[in-house]
Amino acid sequence: MTQIELRGIEKFFGAVQVIHNLNLAIADNEFIVLLGQSGCGKTTTLRAIAGLETIDKGDILIDGKAVQHLKAADRDIAMVFQSFSLYPHMTVFENVAFPLRATRMSSGEVDKSVREVARVLRITDLLDKRPSALSGGDMQRVAIGRALVRRPKAMLMDEPIGALDAKLREEMRAEIKRLHVKQGSTTIYVTHDQIEAMSLADRIVIMHEGFIQQVGSPDDVYSHPANLFVAQFVGSPVMNIAEASVADQAGAASVTVGDAPAGFVFPSQFLSKLNGHSNGGLTLGIRPEGVLVRHDAAPGYMPVEANIIEPLGSFDIVDLKVGSTMLRARTKAGYVSGPGEKVHVRIDPEQAHFFDTASGKSLGVRL
Amino acid sequence: MASVALTNLDPASRAAARGWSDLTIRNLFIIPTLVFLIVFNIFPLIYSLGYSFTNFAANRSEPWQFVGLQNYRELLSDDHIWSNFVITAKYVIVSVAGQMIVGFGLALLLNRSFPMKGLITTLLLLPMMMSAAVVGLFWQLLYSPSWGPINYVFGLGDFAWLSNPDSALYAVAITDIWMWSPFVMLLSLAGLSAVPQHLYEAAAIDRAGWWYTFTRITLPLVSPILLIALIFRTMEAFKTFDIAYTMTTQPTAELIAIRLYKQAFQQWDTGKSCALAYIVLIMVLAITNLYVKYLNKVKER
Repeated sequence: MTQIELRGIEKFFGAVQVIHNLNLAIADNEFIVLLGQSGCGKTTTLRAIAGLETIDKGDILIDGKAVQHLKAADRDIAMVFQSFSLYPHMTVFENVAFPLRATRMSSGEVDKSVREVARVLRITDLLDKRPSALSGGDMQRVAIGRALVRRPKAMLMDEPIGALDAKLREEMRAEIKRLHVKQGSTTIYVTHDQIEAMSLADRIVIMHEGFIQQVGSPDDVYSHPANLFVAQFVGSPVMNIAEASVADQAGAASVTVGDAPAGFVFPSQFLSKLNGHSNGGLTLGIRPEGVLVRHDAAPGYMPVEANIIEPLGSFDIVDLKVGSTMLRARTKAGYVSGPGEKVHVRIDPEQAHFFDTASGKSLGVRL
Repeated sequence: MASVALTNLDPASRAAARGWSDLTIRNLFIIPTLVFLIVFNIFPLIYSLGYSFTNFAANRSEPWQFVGLQNYRELLSDDHIWSNFVITAKYVIVSVAGQMIVGFGLALLLNRSFPMKGLITTLLLLPMMMSAAVVGLFWQLLYSPSWGPINYVFGLGDFAWLSNPDSALYAVAITDIWMWSPFVMLLSLAGLSAVPQHLYEAAAIDRAGWWYTFTRITLPLVSPILLIALIFRTMEAFKTFDIAYTMTTQPTAELIAIRLYKQAFQQWDTGKSCALAYIVLIMVLAITNLYVKYLNKVKER
């Protein structure tokens, strides 16, 4: 039962402010992912919660108690490091037992707790080995074991699987999810990988240059990005972004992308909603799956030419030239046969996002 | 073709034009050193082993005789020699232990960032860079019973450090500690800064206190390099001559090296001295071997 609350956190490294007025409330048992590029302040935030980094302003509350002046050891928080940070001179058993022995638990209890955690993490047969003899995945299991063994108030994970190769990363991702479901502890997880964030998080906190950009469920940040940064950071392949303008065309809205000769037809309600922004300052965001492609002409579809095709196995990404703007569409594998092919394209109004170009903020205009 | 494959020399170089290969050049560098070592180290070593079985005396022209193991037998049954060994053992233990504690302690203090760290570290290294004979002479003055600063600072009156049979050996050991702690400090500092910072962070998160972190993380990870310092210092302390010889004439501070010197160059008992030198050598080798075995065990982890 642990709630963590961050209130008005500010942090400077010398003259550089790396965290700006950060506020966040984390509920008990919640899996929070801090997502952002390197240097966005996510790791600093995590280390501040752990007590490895001081903060210049604000409060860190664990279960309502301010802890920003406490040492790491007194916050009862466990952490898994990207570098694993296993003690190289100790066996796996001694590594996992370390936090228990450090608080002088009796050796019988230590033995019991370590074996229990080892069973859950399936590392029982590694207990006598030294870290140097383990694979990357096993090292991380041990590091997680060392964090879990003392049943901490909260688990902090700093890119725990970032150093593993792709296949192992996928396995460990599933494992971390399984563990969280099973053990249920408040978890804060830092990553730059949006797929990891989407698959693990109850809520994602997207950070950029020390500011929180958006806090929301994976579905929320994917379907309702709060601004252009979130829109482009979350989702793969990346969302198409283009300057756009809106005009009235026989009662319906016509959304023109860049300098394209013609507009895409949108339902008439977009007209009034986008009214104030129709003359410049409007940016359209559309994910590749919202760019609909067909071979033959149909009402509302615009003839364009396919440019580059990236086959990605289960689907293709096709670059289409609309005016001088490049729109990336997601199609069935092999649907567009090659560059230069003439196809017809439409934008699905239901999946369109509109942003204010200057501020980058979402206008919240949805069908 | 085969000779071409053996060499990485630039074919256009002058060496290649002379018909040299990599091997030739390697030998040109190595052979002078090798010759030097054999002439000035290996040969005398073997020659002195031969002397140790004779009654040869370097200052007499009479022919010497082969006496077999007599020199060794006499030395090993000589109580005087054994008391020299006991004195040396005491000296080695006190002086090396002192250096390890002071040196490692200083390294712990220096292993963080603070203003003028580089300057302070350099100043602390100075004693090690002085000539041992000079250090001995200066400390003799420092220890002076009537006007030495040490008695003045500690208010010890006219305590005669170096002519008191009970304290002479320890006074020399203190000087040796002063001179060689920086060496231990330097090695420890290298060992300490090689311990990754993230292990300390992990230990802090794991709620380990200062002492627990020190004994479970710091010490085990620095111990290989501490052992190397220990090996070096033990070997050196065992053969200490200069400091002790310049500082005191007390028989209670007569280290084995001083005994050896007297036997060889005051009594001119060359054959017997060679035998004693070999006994010392074997002892040092035995002790070093123990350390190295333990070091390898530590390193395996």
